[in-house]
Amino acid sequence: MATRAVVRKTHKLYIGGAFVRSESGRTFPLSSHGQVVQIARASRKDVRDAVRAARTAWPSWRDRSAYNRGQIVYRLAEIIESRRDQFVDTLRVTGSALGAAEKEVSAAIDRIVWYAGWCDKIEQLLSTKNPVGLSHFNVSSPEPTGVVGLVAPFEPGLIALISVVVPVLCGGNCAVVIASEREPLSAVAFAEAIVTADVPAGVVNILTGYRPETVPTLAGHMDVNALDLRIADEAQDAAAAQLACNNVKRVRRHGEPPNRFWYTGAAQGPDWIEAFMEIKTVWHPAGV
Amino acid sequence: MPARVVKKRRRKLAQSSRALGNGKRLKVEDSARLAVSLPSRPTWPYVPAPETHDYIKLAPRYELFVGGKWLTPKSDRHFASINPATEDVLTHVADASSEDVDGAVRAARVAYEKYWRRCPGRERAKYLYRIARAITERSRELAVLESLDTGKPIRESRDFDIPLAAAHFFYYAGWADKLEWAFPNMTPRPLGVAGQIIPWNFPLLMAAWKIAPALACGNTVVLKPAETTPLSALWLAEIIQHADLPPGVVNIITGGPETGAALVRQPQLDKIAFTGSTEVGKEIARECARLHRRVTLELGGKAANIVFDDAPIDQAIEGIINGIFFNQGHVCCAGSRLLVQESVLDLVVHKLSRRMQTLRVGQPLDKNTDVGAINSKAQLEKITALADTGEASGCTRYETKCALPARGFWFRPTFFTGVSLSHRIAQEEIFGPVLSVMTFRTPDEAVEKANNTKYGLSAGVWTDKGSKNFKIVSQLRAGVVWANTYNKFDPSSPFGGYKESGFGREGGVHGLLPYLER
Amino acid sequence: MAFVPVDAVGLEERASVLATRSIKRDSKIVGLRLAIACMDLTTLEGKDTPERVKQLCRKALTPDPEDLTVPPVAALCIYPEHVAVAKKALRGSTVKVASVATAFPSGLAPRNVKLLEACEAVAAGADEIDMVIDRGAFLAGRYRDVAEEIAAVKEASSPALLKVILETGELATYDNVRRASWLAMEAGADFIKTSTGKIQPAATLPVALAMLEAVRDYEDRTGRAVGVKVAGGIRTAKQALQFLVLVKETLGDDRLDARYFRIGASSLLNDALMQLTKERTGVYQSEDYFTKD
Repeated sequence: MATRAVVRKTHKLYIGGAFVRSESGRTFPLSSHGQVVQIARASRKDVRDAVRAARTAWPSWRDRSAYNRGQIVYRLAEIIESRRDQFVDTLRVTGSALGAAEKEVSAAIDRIVWYAGWCDKIEQLLSTKNPVGLSHFNVSSPEPTGVVGLVAPFEPGLIALISVVVPVLCGGNCAVVIASEREPLSAVAFAEAIVTADVPAGVVNILTGYRPETVPTLAGHMDVNALDLRIADEAQDAAAAQLACNNVKRVRRHGEPPNRFWYTGAAQGPDWIEAFMEIKTVWHPAGV
Repeated sequence: MPARVVKKRRRKLAQSSRALGNGKRLKVEDSARLAVSLPSRPTWPYVPAPETHDYIKLAPRYELFVGGKWLTPKSDRHFASINPATEDVLTHVADASSEDVDGAVRAARVAYEKYWRRCPGRERAKYLYRIARAITERSRELAVLESLDTGKPIRESRDFDIPLAAAHFFYYAGWADKLEWAFPNMTPRPLGVAGQIIPWNFPLLMAAWKIAPALACGNTVVLKPAETTPLSALWLAEIIQHADLPPGVVNIITGGPETGAALVRQPQLDKIAFTGSTEVGKEIARECARLHRRVTLELGGKAANIVFDDAPIDQAIEGIINGIFFNQGHVCCAGSRLLVQESVLDLVVHKLSRRMQTLRVGQPLDKNTDVGAINSKAQLEKITALADTGEASGCTRYETKCALPARGFWFRPTFFTGVSLSHRIAQEEIFGPVLSVMTFRTPDEAVEKANNTKYGLSAGVWTDKGSKNFKIVSQLRAGVVWANTYNKFDPSSPFGGYKESGFGREGGVHGLLPYLER
Repeated sequence: MAFVPVDAVGLEERASVLATRSIKRDSKIVGLRLAIACMDLTTLEGKDTPERVKQLCRKALTPDPEDLTVPPVAALCIYPEHVAVAKKALRGSTVKVASVATAFPSGLAPRNVKLLEACEAVAAGADEIDMVIDRGAFLAGRYRDVAEEIAAVKEASSPALLKVILETGELATYDNVRRASWLAMEAGADFIKTSTGKIQPAATLPVALAMLEAVRDYEDRTGRAVGVKVAGGIRTAKQALQFLVLVKETLGDDRLDARYFRIGASSLLNDALMQLTKERTGVYQSEDYFTKD
């Protein structure tokens, strides 16, 4: 009896709500279950397209109610929970033991649920009504910054990725993510969960590929408002930070912490959302 | 055509008699308007549009939900829950005795000590999220049930009550594991076991307002729904059971005033939360003072809805209508006193009386019904008696002209003009679809009249001038002020009163305070 | 001119509650027939030809050859070029010929050209003129110019009925819609109309509600009943019924009449027919069974 031939997956970029091959047509190889699979290799133009998709999606993502965003993020947790096996497998492919992979997936799901509950509370935490004097009403409150470029840590494949991406969404921003080239399968699985959870097209864009070919374009892009850099290589990190100054991006630079960091309390917090928000203060006279 | 003929024609049109909405229409003699072949006076009634409800399966009897199980009451007594629109019996529910109350509190205490106080916030959160999602999944049948039990229109239970109840669970689920961020420099701890008593006007929503924050903060609860509207809370108990919430974290016991009294004085409770009438609220406050027990109260109101001459008038009319006729006026924060600037009194009364004629009073399960049944016979009698005092003391009565069904409890939307502050209908909470219209001349006078009440739950202000809005809003002594809107609610928005409307807030960050020790 | 502020949030809330009215069975049938009887069946394309117009006239007279109880539409709405052809094709019927004029849709042409166009259209037999206001002048605050132009067109198109298109999508705010409605009525409009249908947004429920409220207030003030026409983007029977609900609950049942209410549309007609047929037969319909004239 012949053994059954497995239908092999094509691994694509996720831009503007659709899975697409790189416009350059290039891929890079990854070993998975004893075979070589090809992963899409994003080009500068893919980065450009992703930023455009994020910018287009932003007004309506920003204008949704906080409650609605919270529901969508919660649904993302529901979807990943229902696809645990796929996510555990993507981690094992790149070397995690079964127990560690299960732990990572559970921690990732719980973190997403945690952030879902921040969507409709972060504004309450960061807003103030300011006692400027009786003649005026004065309120400060946070608004999303816009399009955030993220360079995801090389590893761990799932928990680190969601830890950097999800808080960006909670604040009402759209994300362009340069995914880890060591753990691209988790990134592709995450993109599939994003689509299935009805996250609107363009809100999250996931690009697999090589950092030297993608990060400079993202860092220098004039229509990206903020950057989150997780680059251990000092030269790369410094170069990106310099380019970011072209349009005064808000930049967070963290290097790459050890893997266990992602399981600590320091790896999540409302400050991760606040980092990509702007405070607006409004004055209005109060008098008949 | 000669210009002078055109001019003459135009002048004639402009000088035509004024019709002020009393049904008389000027006949426009314009040869360009030729008749179209349809009946000369079209009418377009809406045929009944009943919400499908034959799939609603009510058990013949419901027991007490205690310790994760359904227990028969010690008394073995049950009482009927009826549909106020038809007076049909829907089912029977248990009448909890003080022994049953003790049992429920015991179960809540055990659940608290053994499990819930040790349960990490992120796990508590996930249970609450499950409940929120389950309410949304079963929202249609919950809405139908709520309308059957309360008499409120299906459109309201479908579009307002049930979605907002789910939203409250969703919002507070998110606080369960974030309490350390809620208040600066505070390590919050739960109080323990809370006894909660809720009213009949928004049964499922009030249950959500009580249960969600209490559980998020790590407390367990014993909830007593109102006597006339126990059913949606019992279905919520089923949902809670299916969500695998640890047994005893939520206990739901049905009964009448004696059950409520037994709960208030039950010695093992750490907290009482009550929403209901000011009269009963004061009794509860006295009992809690005697017991040195924490209490929060959400009581009655007699809100002023202030309309200035520079208000967006048609939207203000909608706000007035919504303010008093939404939920048949069974709303503690109802805008039951209209304070209208004297210069626009005639205009507002004219528009109000015309607008109220399009209110559709009828069967709650009809999707086109705007105003449903009064919740109970007792309430109908109270409303009727108070409204009659208005007429008796010389106020002018306006009503929606409509037929009322033969069976059930019904009251036509009503407003009175010529009301002054000393009239009973301006002082006492009617809790029905009756509006008292008064006037003012200046902003200061409006504020003074608005604040001249022992209540302080809510108020409304209508003006297009922003700075006037901000000023008036800051002067009104009310816990919720609606500017250019009315009856807006959100789980993130704190709700509660000043003065005899109670103390403590529900909703928002401040809604956590009643359930935490700092 | 009395300016009354309109609160957008409150207005939109009221419109969305009215949109939840459930119109079933007989109400739906009566409503759809009313919608058809109040329809201005429209073709306003650069590529319109006499044959195209004639075919549309047939459709206007007998919307559903399978069901002759379906009433004819109220009017045909076309460019001045085709008025004569339409008039001939519709002779002896109750269907009116409505012509756009005044440099529809932009309204940007010399005043004398616009007036001449209106005049010529009426001379060719148009019963009704759908004019556009000068939005540029309006948004620049030249309200008097806008009003004068409406009055001039009214005079030039007499004795035809005048509908004034406000192009609410370009006016952008409900305050402006209110202002423009009032201005048009004071200048003599017989109907105020939402849109040309050439841009979005066109006829929305809140915009129509704002206009109906203006009409109601104007009638309270002067005793004159002005009509409302909604046009642009109304493709489904459901939408048409929602607009009828607005008219009914704002002005009353007796305004559900082509003398006071019109719907400018084209593809709506077939959707209404499909819905009517579904009510009659109990099954959902396919486009293949309804003529696309």
